[in-house]
Amino acid sequence: MTRIDAKFADLKARGKKAFVSYVMAGDPDFDTSLEIVKGLPAAGVDIIELGLPFTDPMADGPTIQLAGQRALDIGMTLDKTLAMAAAFRETDDTTPIVLMGYYNPIYSRGVDKFLVQAKAAGIDGLIIVDLPPEEDDELCIPAQAAGLNFIRLATPTTDDKRLPRVLQNTSGFVYYVSVTGITGAAEADADDVGPEVARIKSRTDLPVIVGFGINTPAKSRAIAGVADGAVVGSAIVAMIGAGKPVSEVLAFVKTLSDGAHSI
Amino acid sequence: MAEDLFNSFMNGPDERGRFGDFGGRFVSETLMPLILSLEEEYEKAKTDDSFWAEMNDLWTHYVGRPSPLYYADRLTQHLGGAKVYLKRDELNHTGAHKINNVLGQIILARRMGKKRIIAETGAGQHGVATATVCAKFGLKCVVYMGAHDVERQAPNVFRMRLLGAEVIPVTSGRGTLKDAMNDALRDWVTNVRDTFYCIGTVAGPHPYPAMVRDFQSIIGKEAKEQMMAAEGRLPDTIIAAIGGGSNAMGLFFPFLDDTSVNIIGVEAGGKGVNEKMEHCASLTGGRPGVLHGNRTYLLQDDDGQILEGFSISAGLDYPGIGPEHSWLHEIGRAKYVSITDVEALEAFELCCLQEGIIPALEPSHALAHVMKIAPTLPADHLICMNMCGRGDKDIFTVAKALGFEMGEFA
Ligand SMILES: Cc1ncc(COP(=O)(O)O)c(C=O)c1O
Repeated sequence: MTRIDAKFADLKARGKKAFVSYVMAGDPDFDTSLEIVKGLPAAGVDIIELGLPFTDPMADGPTIQLAGQRALDIGMTLDKTLAMAAAFRETDDTTPIVLMGYYNPIYSRGVDKFLVQAKAAGIDGLIIVDLPPEEDDELCIPAQAAGLNFIRLATPTTDDKRLPRVLQNTSGFVYYVSVTGITGAAEADADDVGPEVARIKSRTDLPVIVGFGINTPAKSRAIAGVADGAVVGSAIVAMIGAGKPVSEVLAFVKTLSDGAHSI
Repeated sequence: MAEDLFNSFMNGPDERGRFGDFGGRFVSETLMPLILSLEEEYEKAKTDDSFWAEMNDLWTHYVGRPSPLYYADRLTQHLGGAKVYLKRDELNHTGAHKINNVLGQIILARRMGKKRIIAETGAGQHGVATATVCAKFGLKCVVYMGAHDVERQAPNVFRMRLLGAEVIPVTSGRGTLKDAMNDALRDWVTNVRDTFYCIGTVAGPHPYPAMVRDFQSIIGKEAKEQMMAAEGRLPDTIIAAIGGGSNAMGLFFPFLDDTSVNIIGVEAGGKGVNEKMEHCASLTGGRPGVLHGNRTYLLQDDDGQILEGFSISAGLDYPGIGPEHSWLHEIGRAKYVSITDVEALEAFELCCLQEGIIPALEPSHALAHVMKIAPTLPADHLICMNMCGRGDKDIFTVAKALGFEMGEFA
């Protein structure tokens, strides 16, 4: 049982929906970023998605592109991203951390070496945008063998024919991408999302979390109402990008998590 | 015979879209269903006579194929060695090889019922070709072009606008081809249901590398027949410039199993292939990685972050290369070299003066390598170089590099 599995068991026992937040590791700098990440659990975050910076984030909109650029500009690397997770783990051994990013930095490190290092740093799961089920041999299968969850994205274009394939090697939870598009662009609509989540849940026992296009406490609540939880990324990253103080960022996160937890 | 087939260099890619370890389908889930249906549609078209009949008709009457294989007499004399032939794909409608591929993809897009076409472009030649064919068929066309390239290839930007395309300057990254491709992919993810992404080179997720290669292979097929007609035998060396590698794959592919033929790909060496990475020579100066849907050689740092290339030629300014080239490089069937900006400019000028052909900066790189090797080879050595584009689009860049002010000519 990973920390992710334990977290969902706990939420279920308490009858609560999950609130998941995304921030880019190293944005705007290492220390501030670590301070934000350390503050997330107290701000009501159940699962932390930690962005691994990449030069060519082809599924991300301008907000997260710029965050990645800021992180790379201050010298953020894979090692430092893992070091940030490890530093978080010193004081929190229960909040799951999911590393989210693109394959090349991991491939460049070497998959086996990376998995050992990620596990040692206290990473619990991976979301790698450019690894569809067709490429499961690359990282998905080895990651599961190493005891890390590999969380798959399902999208509005994942039809019934394809869904079993997408669910096959998924673990931890399923991340439903609420819109066809990039992060931070379109707005998610709970009325559209509900039936899609139901469709996925009819085929898996895994929790289904919804992300992309959620940017207010009301949206967070509405989406949590039709799924097992909600993810917010760009809206938080935009505040960090605007140079808001850590306390203000975390206060905003609290309003979003309150939204999801009010269901 | 069975063994011959087994040993063929022309069987790739496999069903996972791999050439050896290279290629694949490294894209987000949103795009996967579409990529699979594109593959299905392409497999159907490949064996459909009516598809090729439409292609051939347009190649003949709209593009002007076959392009001549031209014996470059004075250039040969000047270099004093091997006999140099130029495959004149710069004479195609729109001035480069790019349209060979665009026609194929647009016919496929029409078969799939897609009404909106997007493309990335570096030098603007692929953008112009896409805008052209979209105008011909009345399709909406959106072209992503790095802001830096919009500046250095201004004539092509205007051409695209005349043809009714919307040109979107891309400011992310350093504003070149890689960044244009990122934004085209972002557009595609957003508008996946009605949009067809017309990729301009032999890169991207499977089936693009194989599909674009097949459409461009008309170059090599013609060259082979024309060389047989002219000389009664195959060329000894074939040479092409490489950005993503589509004109090169198009020339090389039909010759892969003719093992007597030396195959040379010429990458852009920029200011020189050294640790400063001011070049675009992915095979000479890079290592394998994953970008834009495929595994291939890439310019990247130790942490797997992609580096911006550098080249005087916008069309070669890409930190990757098509996966089939990575494979040909690793198995040694083709050899890859690099040519610097300065060498390419010298070749550009020489070609203008010796042959009355103003070449694009991209094939000028190939020509610069011809200039290096031809003098060292015997007179009966036959070289076939792909003159894949004409240089009208480059005259401003060249004028600047040679220190001319365009105003001086007034
Ligand atoms: C004339 C010409 N040659 C070559 C290229 C490079 O592309 P490829 O390597 O795919 O042929 C371009 C790209 O814009 C071009 O315009």
